[in-house]
Amino acid sequence: MSRAKDEAARVPDPRVPSGRQMPEENRLTPPVWPGGRTAAPGTDFSVIGRRNRKLEGLAKVTGRAVFADDLSLPRMLHGKLLRSIHAHARIRSIDPSAALAMPGVHAVITGRDLPAWFGIIPWTEDEQALCEEKARYVGDAIAAVAADTELAAEEALRLIRVEYEVLPAVTSIDEALEHPEWKVNEKAREGNISKHVHLEFGDVDARIADSDEVIEGEYWYEGSTHAPIEPHCAIADFDATGFLTLYSSTQVAHYLHRDLARVLGLPTQRVRVIQPVVGGAFGGKSEPFSLEFCAARLSMDLGRPVKILYTREEVFYAHRGRHPMRMRYRTGIRRDGTLTGVDAKIHIDGGAYSSFGLVTTYYSGQLLSAPYKMEAYRFDSTRVFTNKPCCGPKRGHGSVQPRFAFECQIDKLAEAVGLDPIEVRRRNFIGENSRTVNGMRVTSNGFLECLEQVERASAWKERFRRMPYGRGVGVAGSMYISGTNYCIYPNEMPQSGVQLKLDRSGRATVFCGASDIGQGVESVLAYIVAEELGLTLGDIRVVAADTDLTPVDLGSYSSRETFMVGNACLDAARRLRGLVVGTLAEAWGCAPAEVKLAGGIASTARDAERERMSVKEAFQRTEARHGTLGSVGWYQTPRLGGDYRGGTIGASPAYSFTAHVAEVDCDPETGFIQVKKIWVAHDCGRALNPVAVEGQMEGSAYMGFAEALFEEQVFKPATAAHGAGLHHGPSLLDYRIPTSLDTPELESLIVESVDPEGPYGAKEAGEGPLHPSVPAIANAIYDALGIRCDRLPFSPPHVLRLLRAGDARAVWQKARGQRSGHVPAGARG
Amino acid sequence: MNPPAQVVCRFQVNGDVRECAVAPNTTLLEALRYGLGLTGSKQGCDKGDCGACTVVMDGAPVLACITLALACEGRLITTVEGLAHGATPHPLQDAFDVCGGAQCGFCTPGVLMSAWALLEHNPSPTRAEIALALSGNLCRCTGYTKIFEAVELAATRRSVATADGKS
Repeated sequence: MSRAKDEAARVPDPRVPSGRQMPEENRLTPPVWPGGRTAAPGTDFSVIGRRNRKLEGLAKVTGRAVFADDLSLPRMLHGKLLRSIHAHARIRSIDPSAALAMPGVHAVITGRDLPAWFGIIPWTEDEQALCEEKARYVGDAIAAVAADTELAAEEALRLIRVEYEVLPAVTSIDEALEHPEWKVNEKAREGNISKHVHLEFGDVDARIADSDEVIEGEYWYEGSTHAPIEPHCAIADFDATGFLTLYSSTQVAHYLHRDLARVLGLPTQRVRVIQPVVGGAFGGKSEPFSLEFCAARLSMDLGRPVKILYTREEVFYAHRGRHPMRMRYRTGIRRDGTLTGVDAKIHIDGGAYSSFGLVTTYYSGQLLSAPYKMEAYRFDSTRVFTNKPCCGPKRGHGSVQPRFAFECQIDKLAEAVGLDPIEVRRRNFIGENSRTVNGMRVTSNGFLECLEQVERASAWKERFRRMPYGRGVGVAGSMYISGTNYCIYPNEMPQSGVQLKLDRSGRATVFCGASDIGQGVESVLAYIVAEELGLTLGDIRVVAADTDLTPVDLGSYSSRETFMVGNACLDAARRLRGLVVGTLAEAWGCAPAEVKLAGGIASTARDAERERMSVKEAFQRTEARHGTLGSVGWYQTPRLGGDYRGGTIGASPAYSFTAHVAEVDCDPETGFIQVKKIWVAHDCGRALNPVAVEGQMEGSAYMGFAEALFEEQVFKPATAAHGAGLHHGPSLLDYRIPTSLDTPELESLIVESVDPEGPYGAKEAGEGPLHPSVPAIANAIYDALGIRCDRLPFSPPHVLRLLRAGDARAVWQKARGQRSGHVPAGARG
Repeated sequence: MNPPAQVVCRFQVNGDVRECAVAPNTTLLEALRYGLGLTGSKQGCDKGDCGACTVVMDGAPVLACITLALACEGRLITTVEGLAHGATPHPLQDAFDVCGGAQCGFCTPGVLMSAWALLEHNPSPTRAEIALALSGNLCRCTGYTKIFEAVELAATRRSVATADGKS
């Protein structure tokens, strides 16, 4: 059916044993519950879908929430990292003697003390906690100090003498390709190529040849970084029994646990990772960082706790943010609006290391195949290494950039065939229960309703191509995964596990490795347990992300938490619900389905007076009947994805869908773009808590807007007279993230398609709603000014250049004539 | 290098007179967080860019990370820990919780202090006035919408409470 080519397929990876996958019949299959996963346990929901508070909300607003840097342990030392001042340099020698001689300094470690290679993806382990031979970007860590105070540690860094041999620096995609001999990363198999993927589905060239209009475009997506307000922080505590405890502001406690053990040479059962409250992450804390390994090594050497807190400047170097991408698209359309073939060639600037780059490279193509049908699709993506901080997964990993390019392409195609851009999107809707051209299974799909909602709310029909020069509206759509089938390291164990304990006090405690980074997954656990067991939220305690106490959940990435953790929790809660309801049914002589648990009360509808007791009493009866009450639940994805190498990357048990309309007000004199408002319609399956879902939608739209207009993680080019690879401004003053005055009005429109496999029908909401922001703004700018912003960010100098490059007014006028056949009144200005 | 000699600094924090040994270069944020154990105020940038360290001094929001502790001698300081009445959250804190004004919660203490200072001077601000008052507090999670709604809810509840008190 589909023709798949992958250069890597020709070279079988020796580390993936053939036939390693467990036979289908032996794989874990989640239990099937009466009424299915989407249904309410009783007649209707008592907790789910309500505008509830979050579990940890009051702790956060009263200043009681404990973040990593709020922790302090007895005898704790402070660590600091020495970072490279060169973009690319061999480390000839490091002399720490002067630093060690300083009073208050306890230890200095270098690459030799932590020689193991690591990497979040097991096939691309190309990082060391401290560079041993070579520094690969300005800010690469090369030594670490532990001292009595932070200040003393910082002073000591200045006394470490490093002798460098400066090497030619690679700072752009073209330099990386043109100079394979300037090898940034020795682990690369070929030159500076980090990963190359070529996949083709159907006969793209024939489909494009068979089109009425073909649009070709080149797009540039600038890099940006997460900039969580909390800088990374870790505290390591190695005790006399040889046990390491690490507190870290991570969003992947489990992966950190594995890598820590390996790099430090400790058995995993002697390492405990605890995630305190995390102050924002957005993908920026989803792999191990130097500070965690260094704090641990120093603590092991000194037998004292060691804290390392990154400065804001270091957070910019830790990075792992949005990859800069250069994208060429060739797309065909027929006069009736049908998309034909899509041909993409993508170059990705990866920075110095691999990070999640293997996945990024696949995602740059794999996640484009819905919500629109395409007859044939080909992408050719190449990620390269450069001497800059390493890029990785930022909210909407790998797919925000191609989505920008493609949604702009659709806008241009719609204009070429004289159709409304919303109508073109509607006509190519892939539908529910469908399969994408690259073999992804789509189940629930509320994209049409998303389009309708933003069309109506924005008064699209009255405004598109009808507003005066300088003002405009634009539309874009997208899809995203609710977690992925592709587990980072191969294993057949569940993606998410939950343990649930009920006791006679009337309290439920949920244990889960899930990582709350502000999105509220701990609250999701509580809502589900409350719904199933009839408890009030105050009666539920959640213990999360502590590898000693909680069963494994893979962490907060790929928008997997609500779907996977939610399903695991539903599984655990329904097992206990069955026992409680069964016990009461037995006592009351009714069917289990007649027992209702809600709001702390167990009752039946047929005799509300006699068949009624507190849930606490119900638990006691159940404990008397069945013994101590506890259960486990887990979730594993069904077998999904295309039957080709890489076919599981991008495969998800459920996809979310989003549509945005953005309205802009542009000043043609200054090039200043003001985004007035963004209407965000998002299909999250079911909103377990609409407040939290809106918060994710608004935060996503804001972050996309920020990338469109403000943010640039950029560096001095190698061609500069000096300072190659230097960050342009690693501070929150120079790196402009929008303030409350910059941010447009955001209106959230929740669409609920009730997914057949999500917990109560829920899907993701944390990353999908970011995608359409950027292209919707770009398309709105075209509606307003008649210029196509194909490069990010849409800053005043860039907009002015475009306005001066051609006759924008004429283009603008023509676009209007095409839509309505007459020149609108406002066009005269 | 010897660490600079410390002196005792005395200020009123959240209604209590507190003393703290500080060096001349100790910031107010360091004194609060590490000297007095008031870890509610956060360090996001340590150079006055992000506003996570905002506390209220003599009625006005200040950035504790670029204010020297010694310059606060004898001043009246309120931190996020000082808003609640005992175990009862301040209505502004409650509004943030109800509206989803805090996601990760790291900028929240600073945002709350700016918002509190605003409402003390302007009990029923417009959305534009709220946006202006909070423009020194970067939030990376919410897109600000829920924060605006929370401040508006707190202002409304307060005016209702005041009206009830009069009648």
